[in-house]
Order: sequence, then C-alpha cells, then structure tokens
Amino acid sequence: MNGTRTTGSPYAPHTDDDTAAMLEAIGVDSIDDLFDIPPEVWFDDEFGIEPHSEREARALVGDTLEQNDDLIELLGRGHYGYYVPSVVDHLADRSEFLTSYTQYQPEISQGFLQALFEYQSLLVELTGLEIANCSMYDAATALGEAATLADRVRATSGHRVLVPDILLEGRRSTLENYVAGTDLEVETYPTTDGNVDVDSLETALDEDVVMCYVENPTVRGTIEENLADIGSSVNEVDALYVIGSDPIALSLLQRPADVGADVVIGDASVLGLPTSYGMGLGLFATRERYLRQVPGRLVGVSEDQSDRRVFTLTLQTREQHIRRERATSNICTNQAWVALRTAMHAAYLGPSGLADLATRGVRKAEAVAEQLDDIDGVEAPVHDRRHFREFVARVDRPAKAVAGDLEEHGYAVHVVGDHEIQCCIAGVSDEDIDGFVAAVTEVAR
Amino acid sequence: MTEHAPEAAGENGETYFDQARYVTDGQYEPLLSEKNTTRVAIDDDSPLPDDLTRDSLELPSLSEPELARHYTRLSQMVYGIDNGPYPLGSCTMKYNPKFTEDVAALESGAVHPDRSPETIQGTLEILYRLQDYLGRIGGMDAVTLQPPAGAAGEFVGIRVATAYHEHNGEGHRDEVIIPESAHGTNFATAALGGYDVVTIPSDEDGRVDLEALEAALSENTAALMLTNPNTLGLFEGDIQEIAAMVHDAGGLLYYDGANLNALLGRARPGDMGFDVMHYNVHKTFATPHGGGGPGAGPVGVVDELAPFLPKPRVRHSDEGYELFDPDHSIGHVHGFQGNWLVLVKAFAYIARLGDEGLTDAGAKAVLNANYLASQIDYEVPYGPFHHEFVASAGNQDAADVAKRMLDFGVHPPTTKWPEIVPEALMTEPTEVESKETLDRLAEAFGHAQASDDETLETAPNRTAVGRIDQTSAARNPRLSWQALEDE
Repeated sequence: MNGTRTTGSPYAPHTDDDTAAMLEAIGVDSIDDLFDIPPEVWFDDEFGIEPHSEREARALVGDTLEQNDDLIELLGRGHYGYYVPSVVDHLADRSEFLTSYTQYQPEISQGFLQALFEYQSLLVELTGLEIANCSMYDAATALGEAATLADRVRATSGHRVLVPDILLEGRRSTLENYVAGTDLEVETYPTTDGNVDVDSLETALDEDVVMCYVENPTVRGTIEENLADIGSSVNEVDALYVIGSDPIALSLLQRPADVGADVVIGDASVLGLPTSYGMGLGLFATRERYLRQVPGRLVGVSEDQSDRRVFTLTLQTREQHIRRERATSNICTNQAWVALRTAMHAAYLGPSGLADLATRGVRKAEAVAEQLDDIDGVEAPVHDRRHFREFVARVDRPAKAVAGDLEEHGYAVHVVGDHEIQCCIAGVSDEDIDGFVAAVTEVAR
Repeated sequence: MTEHAPEAAGENGETYFDQARYVTDGQYEPLLSEKNTTRVAIDDDSPLPDDLTRDSLELPSLSEPELARHYTRLSQMVYGIDNGPYPLGSCTMKYNPKFTEDVAALESGAVHPDRSPETIQGTLEILYRLQDYLGRIGGMDAVTLQPPAGAAGEFVGIRVATAYHEHNGEGHRDEVIIPESAHGTNFATAALGGYDVVTIPSDEDGRVDLEALEAALSENTAALMLTNPNTLGLFEGDIQEIAAMVHDAGGLLYYDGANLNALLGRARPGDMGFDVMHYNVHKTFATPHGGGGPGAGPVGVVDELAPFLPKPRVRHSDEGYELFDPDHSIGHVHGFQGNWLVLVKAFAYIARLGDEGLTDAGAKAVLNANYLASQIDYEVPYGPFHHEFVASAGNQDAADVAKRMLDFGVHPPTTKWPEIVPEALMTEPTEVESKETLDRLAEAFGHAQASDDETLETAPNRTAVGRIDQTSAARNPRLSWQALEDE
C-alpha cells in the first residue's frame, strides 16, 4: 500500500498517494478540476443521506423487513412461490455468473451463453415451438411484445387484439401501454365459468383481429378445454394465436404447438425464483418463420478456430443497439440470471420431477377445494372445471371480511369478488393446508 | 491453441487471468441434454383426460452432484466483475458489494405482490425510502420503481410525456429529438411509443449542436432525450440553454440515467432542467448485472408529471405505508411492481455510502476515466472526460483490438460505438478500479496497439475458446439443442 486509502466510497480503492499520482499524470491539481460543470448547475447542497457501516446497513434492511407480517401465503394469480432447492441459490450465486454482463465478448462468456442456450432449449421442448428467446422481463411485458410482433408480421393490417375479460389488470394495462404507439386496440372477449366462451370468441373474430390471447391455466385456475378449436378459428382469420402459460403447467398440459399456437408467453420464474414481490421472468417462444422479427436476445451455436462447438449472441441486427428505431423491441437488459435459475431448477427436477410437480398442482388444488366445499358457508370450486394450482371459492360472508379474518389467523388469500376468494396451493406444505382448512372452518360463518 | 500466445504474458510480473476450459470428446463442456436426457410419458398417472395433456416430456435429468459440476464448470468459463476489470463504456460495471446479496436473501422480503399493504409495511417502507433517496440524488419530485430495466424506464418516460401532452390538448406532438450519439434504446423506445425520431448531429466538440437543435424543435416536438455527460463522456455545458429551448417549444426534457454515476453529488438532472429521468440502479448503485439482467429502471419526474406515473405508487400517511393510483396514471408497465431483488440491493448500497460515499464514487469514477485516458496511446478525441472516454483504434479494427485485449486477462471496452468516433473504443473504468489495475488496462491497450495484423485477426488465444465465427451463427441459426439434433 502506498499511503492510506481515502475516505468516501468504501469500494473505491484509491490511496492518497495514488490519487496524487493520478492527478499529476492528468495534469490537474484536484479532482474538482476535472468536472467542467457550469457553476449555475453545480450541486452545492447535500442529499441528506446518512452513511451506514455494512453492519448497520444490513440491520437497517433486516429490521425494516421484520415489520412484515409472517403469513402463510395461498396467493397466486400470476406470481407463485414454489420451493427452490438450495443448490440453485448456491450455483446461480457464483460470482462469475452474478457479476457478469451481457455476453458481448463470447470468448469469455461461454458458460453463461451455454446456460442460456440450454434455457432456450428447455422452452422449445415445453412449448413445442421452434424458437425461444433468452428472456424478457415478465409475462405482462412479454404479452406486450407478442402484440407488437403480431402487428409486424401479419400480412394485412388490422387493429384488434383480443384478450379474455378475466385477464389480470397488470397484464392488460401493460399490454395497452405497449400498443399505445401503434394502431392496435385491446378488446376483451367473454369467458364462461373461467374458460373461453368459444361461441362468443368466434363471433368476435374477423379479419381485423391481429392477435388472440388465451391463458392455460386461466387466472382463475381453470384448465382450458378447447384450445385446438380456438386455434383453428384464430388461424382462419390469419391472426396470431398467443397462449399464456408457464413451465410447470406446460410440463403436463397440452403442448401449445399441438393446438396451433404461434407464440407462447408467460412467467417462467415459477421455476427458480421464490416469491419476490412480483419479480418475474418473461417467457417468449414462437415459430421459426418469425425468427427475424423476434424481440429480445438469442443465443446460437457457432464454431471457434478449432472448429469446436461454441455459443454466441446472434441475429443482433434485430436489436436496438444496431437497428435503433427499426429494432424489433427496445429491450436491452433482460432477466438472464433468472433464466439461468429457471434452467437449473428444471434440470434438477428433470422430466418426471416436473410432471410430478404439475400433477400435484392438479390433485392438491382439487383436494383442497373439496375440503373447503365441506365447510358450512363455503362452496368450492366455484367453476365446474378442472383446476391447476388454484381455484375460486364462494363464501357466504363478504369475501373481504373472510380474507381479513384469515389474515388474523395467519393466512393470506385473494379477494376476487364480493363473495369470492381465490386460493393457491403452490409451495404450501400439507401441514399448512391443514391449518388453513381449519382456519376457514372457523371464519366462514 | 498456443501458437499466438502473447509472449509478454505474465513475464514482467503482470497478473493474467486464464479461464478454465473443459473438453470432452472434442467438444467443450457437454450440454445438459448430452449428459442424461429421458423421456417420460404423461398419460399413465395423470389426473387429467388425455385430450388435456401432452403425450410426453423429454428433458435432461441430472443428479445434484452432476448439476453442481455442470454449472460450476460453466461459471468458470464466464468473466464477471469479480474476475477483473470490466470497462464497458456506458454500462458502468462496478464491483458489487457482497453484503447486498445477504440483504436481498432476507426471508421476510420474499412476499407475494398481492399481499394487503398492512401486512407488508416493511417492504413498502424500503420502497418508499428508496423513492425518496432517488428523488434527492436526481433532484426529482416523484419516483416510480416499477420499470424492470433502463429501457423500460425510458418507455415509462415516453408514455408519461405522451399522457402529459394529451392531457394538455397537445396530442399532436409526434416527434422525439435524439442526438446521434445517444444509446440505441432511446431511438427504439421513442419508436415503440409511436413517435417519429428526429436525429440531430453533434457539433465539432462532440456536444449537442445548438443550431441543429433549434432547427429540429417545433410545435411537433414531444421531447428531447439526452444524457449528460453524453456518451463521449462530455458534459453538455449548455444544458440550461438546451432546457430553455426545449421548454420554449413546449417539449419535455428527458434524462437518460445511464451516465449518472459521473455526476453523483456534483450535479443533478432536476437542477439542470430535466423534467423526467430514469435511473439505472444496476449501474449507478452497484447491483449485479447477472449476465444481462435483472436490472431496474426507476423513473423520476417533476411535480407536473407526477399524476401520470404508473400505478400503483407507494406513499406514507398516518396509517402507515400504502399504495395509491395517481390521478391520470398511464397504468401498469410491469405485471406487478418491478424487480424487487434489485431494488432492495440498491437501497442497501445507497444507505451504505450516504452523501459522502456517493459523492466520492462519482469523483473517483471521473478521476479514473481521465487517468486511463491519459495513459493510453490511442487517439482520444474531445475532452475533458467525465465517467468515460472514447478512444479511436485508428487503422486497426476496434473489434480485433477487443479480442486481442482478452489475451491480457481483461475485459475490453465497448467497441464501434458511438459511430462518430472511427473504430471507437468506449471505455468506462468506474471508481472501483485501483491505479494498479488501470495501469494494467493501459498496458493491455498498448499490447493491442502494438500487435501486427495477423495477431489481431486471430486473437484471442488465451481464452476458454478461440475466436468465434459470428457470421456463421447468424447465417445458419441453431438456437436450441433440438435444432442441433435435427442436423
């Protein structure tokens, strides 16, 4: 060490001697001389932000978060808290992964590129479509990207984007923001008992529709029964058929490619990411014919000088840093590290583990609904459908009061109607389910 | 693999970083699918009828030890900021303090976004206090944390500008002005928002050409998107005049926060006349970039624009922290509330540094950029520099220079951009690099500059794999292991 480290940022390694030598090399007297900021906009004040030691900063966050109530969450509707094995945390937290950037220099980024290639391949198997990008922000933004893709690739112009009337507000609103700069209009089609009302949808379909969006499972936890019929109706008017799902559901439910899907979007963070206040991982897969119009980053195979198989970001001429205002999307930073976690979790479970997890999602949801149905003052499930992971229950008392009382007992559920609550079993232990059923029994009347 | 190994490597006491490589049967580390892939039939034990399920699922299945080795090997073929310097211009690759990872892993922070506000007061308090911190640092009146990345923040800024103009009966404004040296996301974002992009050139000093700006401004101008210091690392000294010109034309001034690190504690976008800005918390506030994300791109606005921000927002009342929808909100730009794990790390980082630390970070970043610029022999036009500088590789190909620098164990700068400098090497060392590391970076520049054509064209030779043919990857796209199997 040449001299002592200067105070200030604890992560700036300069000693006083270093700073002096550097200033001399540059040919100025002080660091302030390097700032050619006019005096009128020079900031003379202070932010008023107190510094903390590392120990204090950790305690500050820890103590603040301690104020959160410790509740058993039976919450779903687009964000799920499945258990993530420890090995995923430990491997994904390796600092080479965590502290790297976008793989602009592939020769020193092979490991991450291969992991993203493996993630893309996982989605190809799950969706049956030919290509998947290496992640978007979340399901809502991926839905927005699907609409702008539909607008670009459709041979004839059109204005209508159809979505179910039960679509989550966050998804619908994000979609509306994405299409605000186009001529597209978002319209809803009706659902019956949680699923697409096929007759009404067919009536709504015409040549002016550029995209039709269907979710499976739906936001109310029901499983769609007419995906193939819907697909042929949508394709008849030359609209893009977009299905929303997730990797766990796709491990069991119909393969989107088999029912005519052109694009699959969704939130892939059901694998790899525990509950994290809505942080997601946008899944985006589509057909090869749309390759040059796909938004986001793609990892492809190439060769190095020894003719060995290597990986690299590819088709970057679609991207904003090259194509600017003619890019397929403005996305730059994506969710690469979450995609890495998702691939790890999927590889850990393997095909039978994934199928088992999905199967449990059906069995357990139906079993818990049955248990609630036996309680006086509760009817479950409300919809006479097959369910995945979650279901809606009707309660005699006002739903808000029931949910409030359940909170007092340590359980969180959604309120989805004046007399409707929604319960999700993802990541909830059998023991906690027993406690929940007992609590509902107590508060339902 | 050794025919062009740099003769100087390690000989003069320098430290070089060599990556691990794993070769099996002539290929590098096998794909997951090549280790153990199994197909399971779905029908046998399914609780659903056949017509609602897929037939089978074919995926890799690895034991935990196999998984651990696969990903450990892959990680050893990745270069991160913990491996060495990462001077990618405009990307602000700083060392990420380790304690913030522990902060983000706190179990009480792992809550569902639909929890009732009364039961997640701690989470909401962190978000509220981060909004407050960011407002102070940027000189902005109101902040939303929802955008999950910088480009997503730009989109919020553009949507807010549209909503503001429409609210004031100025919906005809359909042009966004952007300097030619701006980040590519600016152009793409404006286009996504439905705007015509009007590009203006830089003047001979590398700054906004005021005459060109005057000519571009009109009653159709919705906004000017600008970053200051700009991508050449130069401070736009005429910023107050620029702001007045844009405001006189009825437009809004948008600040791209990608370069905020250089200004910390010395100047604030709000004080310069910017109406709306995004913060790249993953850059300025040192949260890990995770191989390209997640990031977070909070947006700050002046009071007049606050009613248009995305919903919901966090506020504080006598009852505690609560969510509310701004009066004329543009709605949602994310399904939920953005990238929490990144936001909580940024909060912890800002709390750790405080006023003095933040100001010092900006100062040292500027010191480092100017020092490194003074130590390399490539031509560095313009100046003086703030956080970054753009050198020109002259007669050499900047991409080759970058590959050659890899041989010396460092990450190279951003190349070939901005285009106003020929064969650009856009370099941003950040404040976390020591003088010793900067000297090593300067040496790597020097070695590359002294390399002959053949050495440049065949570099790198000390990396885990050799020079990659990117043209063939684009010409013959193979984007999944399924595509490889079909060959």
